Amino acid sequence: MTGWTLVLLVLALSSVFYFLAKRRSLRVATTVGGIHKLHSAPRYYGLVAALLFAVPAMLVLGVWLSIDQNIVLKIVLTEYFPELNWESQVDVNWLTSQIQILAQTGRLENIENSEVLNAAADRYQYLTSLSETLRNASVLALGAIVSFIFILFISARLKARPIAETLIQCLLIFSSLIAIFTTIGIVLSVLFEAISFFRIIPFTEFMFGLEWSPQIAIREDQVGSSGLFGSIPLFTGTLLIAAVAMTVAVPVGLLSAIYLAEYASPNVRSFAKPALEILAGVPTVVYGFFAALVVAPYLSDFGAYFGLDIAHESALAAGVVMGIMIIPFVSSLSDDVITALPQSIREASLACGATKSETIKKVVFPAALPGIVGALLLAISRAIGETMIVLMAAGLAAKLTANPLESVTTVTVQIVTLLVGDQEFDNPKTLAAFALGLTLFVATLVLNMTALYIVRKYSEQYD
Amino acid sequence: MENSTETTNKERIITRLDDTIFQGKVSETDGVDSNLSQKYRMTAKNVNVYYSETHAIKNVSLSIRENEVLSIIGPSGCGKSTFLRCLNRINDIVVGCRITGEIMLDGVDINSGELDVVELRARVGMVFQKPNPFPKSIYDNIAYGPRLHSMVNSREETDEVVYSCLRQVGLLSEVEDRINKSGTELSGGQQQRLCIARTLAVKPDVILMDEPCSALDPIATAKIEDLIDELRTEYSIVIVTHSMQQAARVSQRTAYFNLGDLIEVGDTGEVFTNPKHKLTEDYITGRFG
Ligand SMILES: Nc1ncnc2c1ncn2[C@@H]1O[C@H](COP(=O)(O)OP(=O)(O)OP(=O)(O)O)[C@@H](O)[C@H]1O
Ligand SMILES: [Mg+2]
Repeated sequence: MTGWTLVLLVLALSSVFYFLAKRRSLRVATTVGGIHKLHSAPRYYGLVAALLFAVPAMLVLGVWLSIDQNIVLKIVLTEYFPELNWESQVDVNWLTSQIQILAQTGRLENIENSEVLNAAADRYQYLTSLSETLRNASVLALGAIVSFIFILFISARLKARPIAETLIQCLLIFSSLIAIFTTIGIVLSVLFEAISFFRIIPFTEFMFGLEWSPQIAIREDQVGSSGLFGSIPLFTGTLLIAAVAMTVAVPVGLLSAIYLAEYASPNVRSFAKPALEILAGVPTVVYGFFAALVVAPYLSDFGAYFGLDIAHESALAAGVVMGIMIIPFVSSLSDDVITALPQSIREASLACGATKSETIKKVVFPAALPGIVGALLLAISRAIGETMIVLMAAGLAAKLTANPLESVTTVTVQIVTLLVGDQEFDNPKTLAAFALGLTLFVATLVLNMTALYIVRKYSEQYD
Repeated sequence: MENSTETTNKERIITRLDDTIFQGKVSETDGVDSNLSQKYRMTAKNVNVYYSETHAIKNVSLSIRENEVLSIIGPSGCGKSTFLRCLNRINDIVVGCRITGEIMLDGVDINSGELDVVELRARVGMVFQKPNPFPKSIYDNIAYGPRLHSMVNSREETDEVVYSCLRQVGLLSEVEDRINKSGTELSGGQQQRLCIARTLAVKPDVILMDEPCSALDPIATAKIEDLIDELRTEYSIVIVTHSMQQAARVSQRTAYFNLGDLIEVGDTGEVFTNPKHKLTEDYITGRFG
C-alpha cells in the first residue's frame, strides 16, 4: 500500500467514524429524552470522532514518511559497510543510490554486482516493506483507538461543539505552520550556505567590493586564480534595469488603470482589462527572446542612427521589455484599488463643482495612493527577481555603470550562471550563488516591509 | 398668479411655465400658491427617471422658488433622493440611469449645452444622504470647493471660509483642535455636518439636502434647522426628510412623493393641516403602510 492509498483509506475510515459517533450520540439522545437534551448537535460528535481519527493518523504518517528512509538506510549501511566514511557525503550518496537502484530494478548498469551490494539491496527491500507495514498498522491503529475512546465517552453532557472548534482551530494553525516552517527552512538553508561562503570570502568584500569575476582557476598557478566577489556591480545592474522597467511601467500602467477605472465604458472595460492581463500571462522566456532578438537590435540600430553607441545587450533593452511585462501588474492592481474606492467620494467631489479630471487628481488618486504604492513596490520586487528576460537580453559581464545604454548584468543572471553545469558545494563560486540569493531575499523583504509601512502610514491619513 | 406684475422676459417664461404646470396632470393636486410673486429658481417639468428597468420618478413637475425651503417627504424608496439627484445632474454618472423631461435653473435648461454641468453643480450644491467626507483633513474637506473655483487666493482667506463654515454648522468647537485630522475619523453626525459645511463653502444658489439631520442629536438638529432658516435669505433649499416635524418647522412648502409620483405639493401649513389627497393624509397621520 503506497502513502496515497493510505491517505485515502484514512479519509474513508474517518467518515466511517463520523457516522459511528453520530449514531451513538443519537442513541444516547433517545435514552435521555431527545436530541435537544444533548449538549451539542449529533453532527458535532461525528465531526470530533472523524477529526480524532484523521489528525493523529496523518501526524504519524507525516513523521514516519519523513524519517523512515533515513533509518532504513542507516541500518543497512552500518550493517554491510562498516568501514564506510560517514563524513564523505559523496560516498554515502553514491552507495545509497546504488542500493536503491538495485533494490528497485534488480541490476546495475556499468557496475559489476558485488555480493555485498546484492545482500544490502535485499536487506534494504525487506526493511522498507517492513517499515511500510508497521507504518500502515500504527497509523490506522492509533487513529482508531483515539476515535474509539471518544465514541465510548459520548454522553449527553459531553461538550462536543467546543472540542470540534478547538480541533479545527488546531488544524488551521498546523496548516499555516507548515507554510511558515517551509519558508523558514528555505531561508535557513540559504543562510547556512551563505555563511560558509562568507567563511571563504569576507563579508565586507562581498558587500562592498566593486568587482565581480567569480571564475576560479582550475590550476593554482593560473593568473587571476582567486576570483573576485564584489557584489556592488550586480546590484547596481539589477537596480538600473529595474529603474528602466519602472520608468516604462509606472506611467503606462497607472494611466491605463485610470482610464480603465474612470473613463472606460463597461463594454470597453470588459474587453480591455482581460487584454491587458494577457500580457501578464505571456511566459517570461517569450519576453526574453523578444528583448534579445527584436528590441535590442532595434535599439542598437536606432542609437547608431543618432550616433549613440548602444550595446547590443544594453540595460535599456532588457529594462524596456521588463517594463512591458510589468505593466499589467501595475495597471491591474491599481485598477482594482481605484475601483474599490466608494462611488460616494466621487459624487461628493463632482457635487462641489469639480470636473472629472479634477476629481481624479484631487480625490480619487490621493485616496488610492496607499494601494498604488503597494502595487508599485510589488512590481519592483517582481522586476528585481525577474530572471529570464535579463538572462537572455542583458549581459554577463559585471560592469559598474549608471548608463542604461551599456551592458550590465544582474544578481539573478549571475546566480544562474554560477549554478549552471557541474558543481561542487565547497567551491566559493557555487556558494556565492547562495550569498547572492540571500542578499536578494533580504532586499526584497526590506522593500516589502517598506511597502507595508508606507501603506499603513498613508491609510492613517486617508481612511 | 393673480398679482403677478413682473415684466422681465425671464419671468414671463416662468409664468407661462407655471400655467402649463397648473393645467397639467399635477395641477389638481398641486396646492394653491400663495406667494406667486416670488421668483422661481428651479423648475422641473414632466421629469421621468429610470434605473434600467425601474421607473423611479413618474412625470413629476415641481418648482423651487427663491428664498424658500421646500421639503420633500414620502415613504422610503419613493424616489426623493432620485429626484434631488436630478437637480444637479449627479445621477448622470449612475450607470443605467435615464432621465427625461426638462429642468430649468434660472430659465436655462440644465440638460442643454447652454449650462455646463460643472457650473451647474457649483451653483446647485448637494448634501448626500450618506455622509461622504473626502479622505482628507477636515480643513481640506471644506477648502476643497473654494480652492477649486479660485474663490480663495490666500491662506488667510481659506482659513476664514473654513472656520466660518465650520462655525455655521456648529462643528467648530468640536474639531478646532484636530482640524488637520482626517474627516473620515469624525463620528457619523459630525461627518454629516462636515458635508454640509463643505457644501456651504462653495456658496451655491440652491442647496439640496438629503436627510441632513438623520444622524444628529436634537441639539445639533436644532442648530442645522436654524442654519437652514438663516440660509433661506440667500439661497433656495430643498430638504428631504423623514421627520414630519422637521418639515413643518423649516419649510415653507412641502411635497409628498409616493412610489415615484408627486402626490401633492403646497404650503407646508396647508399640507399638514388640510391635505388634499388621501395618500398624503394617511402618510402624515401615520396610517401609511
Ligand atoms: N443606483 C440605483 N440603481 C437602481 N435603482 C435605484 C438606484 N437608486 C435608487 N434606485 C431605486 O429607485 C427607487 C427610488 O430610490 P430613492 O433612493 O430615490 O428613494 P428615497 O425616496 O430616497 O428613499 P429613502 O427615504 O429610503 O432614502 C427605489 O426603488 C430604488 O430601489
Ligand atoms: Mg433617499
